[in-house]
Parts: sequence; structure tokens; C-alpha cells
Amino acid sequence: MDFGPYLMLATLEGAVTAAVLALTASGLALVFGVMRVVNVAHGEFFMLGAVLAWWVTSWFEGAAAFGFAFAILTVPLIVGALAALADVTVLKRLSYDPERTIVATIGILYILQQVTLMTYGPDARPVTPPFNTRLALPWVEMTETGLSLYWPWGLSITSYKLAVIAAATVILLALWIVMTRSKLGLMMRATEQDREMALAFGIPVERVYALVFGLGAGLAALAAVLIVPIQQAHYLMGGDPLLLSFIVVIIGGLGSLPGTVLAALLIGLSDGIISVFFSPTLAKILATLLVALVLVFRPQGLFGARRA
Amino acid sequence: MSFLNAEGLTKQFNGLRAVDDVTLEVPKGQVRALIGPNGAGKTTLVGLLSGRLACSSGRISFDERDVTSLPAHKRIASGMAYTFQITSIFPSLSVHENVALGARRVFSDPKEAEERVVAALHRVSLLERAHEDAGDLSYGHQRLLEIAMGLAQAPKLLILDEPTQGLADGEVVAFNKLINDLRGHTTVLLIEHNMNVVMEVADFITVLNFGKVLFEGTPEQVQASSAVQSAYLGGADAEA
Amino acid sequence: MTADLRKIIGLHGAVLVILFAAQFFLPAYHHGNLARIMVLATYAMGYNLLFGYTGLLSLGHALFFAAGLYGMGLGMTQFGLGAGAAVVLGVVAGAGIGALIGALALRTEGVAFMIVTLMFAQAGYLIILYFGSYTRGDEGFVIQQADRLVAGLDLSDPTVRYFAALSIFYAAFVVLMWVLRSRFGHVLIAIRENEERAMMLGYDVQRYKWGAVVLSAGVSALAGAAYGVLFGYVGASFASVQYSIFPLLWVLLGGAGTMLGPLVGTIFMFYLIDLSSGVTTAYMLIAGIVLVCLTLFAPQGLMGELRNRFWRWLP
Repeated sequence: MDFGPYLMLATLEGAVTAAVLALTASGLALVFGVMRVVNVAHGEFFMLGAVLAWWVTSWFEGAAAFGFAFAILTVPLIVGALAALADVTVLKRLSYDPERTIVATIGILYILQQVTLMTYGPDARPVTPPFNTRLALPWVEMTETGLSLYWPWGLSITSYKLAVIAAATVILLALWIVMTRSKLGLMMRATEQDREMALAFGIPVERVYALVFGLGAGLAALAAVLIVPIQQAHYLMGGDPLLLSFIVVIIGGLGSLPGTVLAALLIGLSDGIISVFFSPTLAKILATLLVALVLVFRPQGLFGARRA
Repeated sequence: MSFLNAEGLTKQFNGLRAVDDVTLEVPKGQVRALIGPNGAGKTTLVGLLSGRLACSSGRISFDERDVTSLPAHKRIASGMAYTFQITSIFPSLSVHENVALGARRVFSDPKEAEERVVAALHRVSLLERAHEDAGDLSYGHQRLLEIAMGLAQAPKLLILDEPTQGLADGEVVAFNKLINDLRGHTTVLLIEHNMNVVMEVADFITVLNFGKVLFEGTPEQVQASSAVQSAYLGGADAEA
Repeated sequence: MTADLRKIIGLHGAVLVILFAAQFFLPAYHHGNLARIMVLATYAMGYNLLFGYTGLLSLGHALFFAAGLYGMGLGMTQFGLGAGAAVVLGVVAGAGIGALIGALALRTEGVAFMIVTLMFAQAGYLIILYFGSYTRGDEGFVIQQADRLVAGLDLSDPTVRYFAALSIFYAAFVVLMWVLRSRFGHVLIAIRENEERAMMLGYDVQRYKWGAVVLSAGVSALAGAAYGVLFGYVGASFASVQYSIFPLLWVLLGGAGTMLGPLVGTIFMFYLIDLSSGVTTAYMLIAGIVLVCLTLFAPQGLMGELRNRFWRWLP
């Protein structure tokens, strides 16, 4: 393939990564923003989403599309409820002390991961996509008669991947509207600004926290349900989304939703493009070093405004 | 040049000038009191002098050195000692260790440091409680512990932020005596609300109001000043 | 000598004597385990200096452990060093990396410090994978028995290995005990208790914290180098996040900020995992449950709870 089509393919693949990453990372950002909790188990909620999606769809042998629709509706709710339970039984009892909650979420990480290993097992299992038409994509080339379109071999994307991008966009927009327009969003933002003041105004902060923690994990699970027909479910799959979400949230300015989405686009797209030209390991090295250095030298994030 | 010298010191917090163009000269060995209504900028001013806060503009010199750009720990190491308005001790360490942390930085000889610790604890009458956890002391005793932590450093300048707050009457008398003993060899900068203490121990008083120096003079002059009285009684009328 | 000091010396001396004597009556399997535990406990002691005594929670100590491990391993395979010199190289590498990471990471505090250390360690792990032609990546490499000689002693021999592990543990224990009783150690504890107060007593808090990072990294690297040379294997898994979590787990379990906590925590955790891995492959489940229970019910750990309830004098 020539360079141009190659780049386009990398960009499209990157856009799928970016879409899923934006969903996962905004869950992490929401939890950090509202609760000031760094949820190290976030990647495991993602993994749980994928594994449960496999489990749910496996009931619907032969009716892949129906099973998938069922999974996308129920799995995020199950994972969200589980996370809310973890919030009430563990994090709340630690009074959300930052260091102790990190240690506790590390514990939760291992519990979720290892219980999955014991029940679901060590295999990677695929989920059938509900639809999967291959769409060939055109590219332009210069011929003697001027510009003309042609269909390079290998330049294609599936309808499912396009649907993932669209679904992620819709979900993020819905999240944005909930955060800015609804009463629930107002309560979350009030809690984020000043916990004590929110309590004084009668906002049920404890319930908001449980809800936010559940919502954050639910978003990760939703992202996982979307990606699992492309990626397969495996009990160790939580590591990468966790790392990438950290990167995105930190670069996007700790807890800011638009910054997070912007950073997810940047990282997702560049990850797709860089991995085409360099080794993925090198790309990851550069990304982790970038995050560390951003935190050291520009803690408000690359896109965040400096707090007064 | 005076021992402690501040020139045009200003601290801006988001549009609020907590300290506004303050000039201060404290000669060696003086006991200087800093008084003023709540929110006048007293704690901010000593925060600037000790380096706890960075000043927005102005210069500070101490013991014939320009210390404006020195970080707090270097200023302390050059002979200042600072006690906090809101008690700041090491609650789970022993009373002895709290004071020893102050003494050991200054006196590298362990024997001498130990002597300083004992002397400082003795001066604030906490010697017999030396092995209790500092966090178990009453509030008043924690205030005294703060003072002992300052004394043990044998500072050239001792900054005390409302030291008598929470002390019993007898302890206030003892505090006055302690300051009178220090007079002459240690320079003292004292923020104090208790006017009896101020009148008894201060050589010279600086009155702050709205971040500015309102008045400076001896205790007698301050007592006689109508501007100071109205600042305390009527707030805003003071400038009229 | 005060009564407390006598008790301190008595208890810790007894523990050191028991460790020495244990080799004569332990069955071979546990004998080997204990050698391993002593090296890992040395790692935990290095971690404890920073976490338990200075109050800095690092999530990236695997970087220092691996620096020691690979400094030693690559020193032997790439530069042809003898075992002793290679271990020294490992320690120097660990302390050097500690000095650099410390200078950067200490510009942040709290949660940011945790994440920065985590990220640097992750970058270190990936760098080991990236240079697979030297490090052999995930697969790692074996240190040949013929190379594991110090002063003519074969470190792969169980008795020699036990003695080597014991001496490393002793050395780290004595050095750390001495550091903590020194002026430097007292300042570290003061920083843990109230950093601003320590600064306003005239201590250069940043420099002390940096010193603690370097020393902690050096001890961790010593443990890493010793682990590689005593057990003959160098691999990337020792640089993974899991090996940053382990010392935190051991120290939390045993009791952060106590001298014996790291050893006690390592023994407990080692045998918990050892027993459960006989039953299931998901042995890290135990680690997760212990972490959650500790943060919920016993944040002071075993020795910390002992200190709170019975032994107030425990250092």
C-alpha cells in the first residue's frame, strides 16, 4: 500500500481506539473529578464489561445481534452496580482518604481480576459483532487524465467499527448533557466544587458518590462491550485501558471532561498512527514518560487551565 | 541598617492585598509587638518575613543579609525561629523529640543539643511531661511546646504568633517573665491580642490595619493614639 | 541504657538470632523459602524507609528492584563482571536511578507522586522489553551456576545462599536501624508527621526526602541484585507493576514504620501465596483481599497494632 492510504487506515483505526478510550477515560475522569478518588481498579471494570458481554451473548446462540443488544443494555448496569457496592462497602468506610483509597482499589483490582481468572478462565474469547459488513474505501491518485478515485487493496473498514465511533460520540454527548443540564449533573458539580457546602444544601453526597463511582465503572464497561467484538475478552485485558486512561486523564487536566475527550482523541489517533510507523512498545514508553513529565512540570495538564 | 528590615512588602491574594506596602525596622534585641484587628494582615506579614509565604513585591533583610529570595528553611537556618498561630507540632512524637528536632539542627553536638532541650522545656515548665506524646498535651501546653521548640533553636529572632492564646493566667505571667528574660539578647517579634501582655513586654509596637502600617510607637504612645483606638473600635472610621 | 532500649535490642536481637538458627532445623523446602523471604524482606525494608518512615507512598519501586537485578545481570552477561562487582554495579544503578527519579518525582506530592512513580516504573519495564536483544524481554535470562561465585563460594549451594541472604538482611537491617536513630532519620520521621513544621524548623525538607529516595532505592536495588545472583534468574516480570505493589503489601501487612514489619509482612504474605497457589492459579486473589482488609481494618499492620496495644516502645 502507498503511504496515503496507509495513513488513512491508521487514522480510522486510531479513531476507533480514540472513541473507546474517550469513554473509558471519561469514567475515570468523572470519578477523579467529583470524588478525588484515583480508581486503579478502573481497568478491571473495563475487563469485567468485556467478559460479561461474552457471557451474556453466549446465551443467545444464533441471534448475535439480539444478544449483543441485550449485553449493551445490561452489562454496564451490572458493572455499575458492582462498583457502587464497592464504593459503599470499602471506599466510603475509608472516608475517601486519597492514599488509602488507592491501596484499596489496587486490592479490588486483584480481586476482580483473579475471580475472573477462577471463573471465566485464562482463555481469550471472541464475541460476534451484531453486523460486520466490510466497506472498501477509495483513495485518490494522480493519473494522466487528472485526479481519479481507486480502491487500494486492504483499505477498508467494517461497518461495526464505524458504529463504535458513532455510538461513543452519542454516549459522550449524552454524558455532557447530563453533566451540564440535568439536576443530577448539578448535584455532581456541586459536590465536586465543595463537598461540605453540598452537604449543607441537602445534597445526598454519599449517594452521589456511589452513583458517580458506578457511572464511572459503567462507562468503562460500556466501552468494553463496544470493543469486545473487535478485541476478544481476556482476564488480563484491563491493564492497557487503565494505563491509557491515566495518560488521557492526566494530559487532559485531571477531571475535566472536555479536556479528557480531547486528550483521548490525541492519544488514540497518535497511538494508531505511531504504532504503524514505530514499535508499539516505543510508543508506550514515550507516552508513559510524557505523563510523568506532565505531572511533574505541568500538573494542570496540557489542556487544563492553571488553578488560581 | 536594622537587624530585621522590611521595605515596601506587599502580598497579593487574588485581588486582595493582605499586606500592602509595609515597611518595618526592628533593631537588634528589641521586643516588637505587632497588633491590629482580625484580618489586618499580621500573620501574613510574619509569614512573608519567615519565608512561609512568598512576597509579591518588596525586600527583606535579616542580620545584614538580603533574604528576600531565600526559601523558608534557609531563613530559619540563618537564625529565625517561627511559632505557628494554629498550633503545629508533631503530635505522635514525644514532647522531648518535638523540641529536640529544633535543637539538633542548630547544635550538632548531641550533649549540647540535649542541654538546650532540657533548658527550653524547663523554661515553659514542661520538663516533667517530656516523655508524653505531644498530641496528648492540652491546648495551652501545646502552645507552650511551640514556644519551647522556638527557644531550643537559640534564635537571633523569635517570631511568636499569638503565643498566649489558650494559656491560663498563671502561664501568661510566666510567659511575660520569659520574654523579659530574652530581652536584650534575642530579638522578638510578637503578634498578640492580649493587650496586658503587649503593654507589659513590648519595647515598641507596630499597629497594622487593612494590611498597612497604621501607627508605630512605644506602648504609651499607642495607648494615647486616637487612630489606634478607632481602628479597634470602629474599623473603617479609622481612616477618617 | 534505658529500659526501652534494652527491650528494643532484646527483641530485635532475638529475631536476628532466630533467623540465624533457623537454617539448622528447617526442612529443605522452608530453608530455601526463608532465604528468598530474607532477600524480599530486604526489599520491603528499603520500601519501608520511604513509605513507613518518610511518609512517601511510591508505586514504582519495582524500577529500583529491577535496576539492581538488571544492573547485576547485565554487568555479568554484557561486561563480564564477577558476581561481587556485578552486585555493586546493580546497587549503584539503583541508587543512581533513584537520585534522578527522586529529583523529578519529589516536585509533586500525594496522589501525583504515586502516579509519577508508577509511570516511571512502567516506562522502565517497557524499556526492558524494548531492549529485548540485551535483556531477553519477558523470557529473561539465567545466571549460570559457574558465574555465581563470590570469593570461591558457590552461591547456588543452599547453605551458602542462606548465609548470603542472611548477611544482606542483617546489613540492611543494621544500616537502616542506624539511619533511623541518626539525626537524618529523626528528620525523616518529622517530615512524615508534619512536613511544614519540619521545614519551619529550618530543615531542607526536599533534600531530606531526596536522600530518603536514594537510600530506599539503593537498598531495594541491593535486594534485586541479590535476588538475581542467589536464585540465578533475571526477568522483566520483576520490573512489572506487581513488584511495585508487593513491597507496599508486605509493609502494610507487617506494619509501616516498624523495623520488623517488613520481615513479618513478607513471611506472612509469602506463605499465604505459597499455600493458596497449591489450590488455585488465582493466588493474587489473596493479595487483593489482604490489601482491602488491611486498609479497612488494620491500617497499622501487624506490628503497628502490636505497638498500639502492647509494645509502645517498638521502633
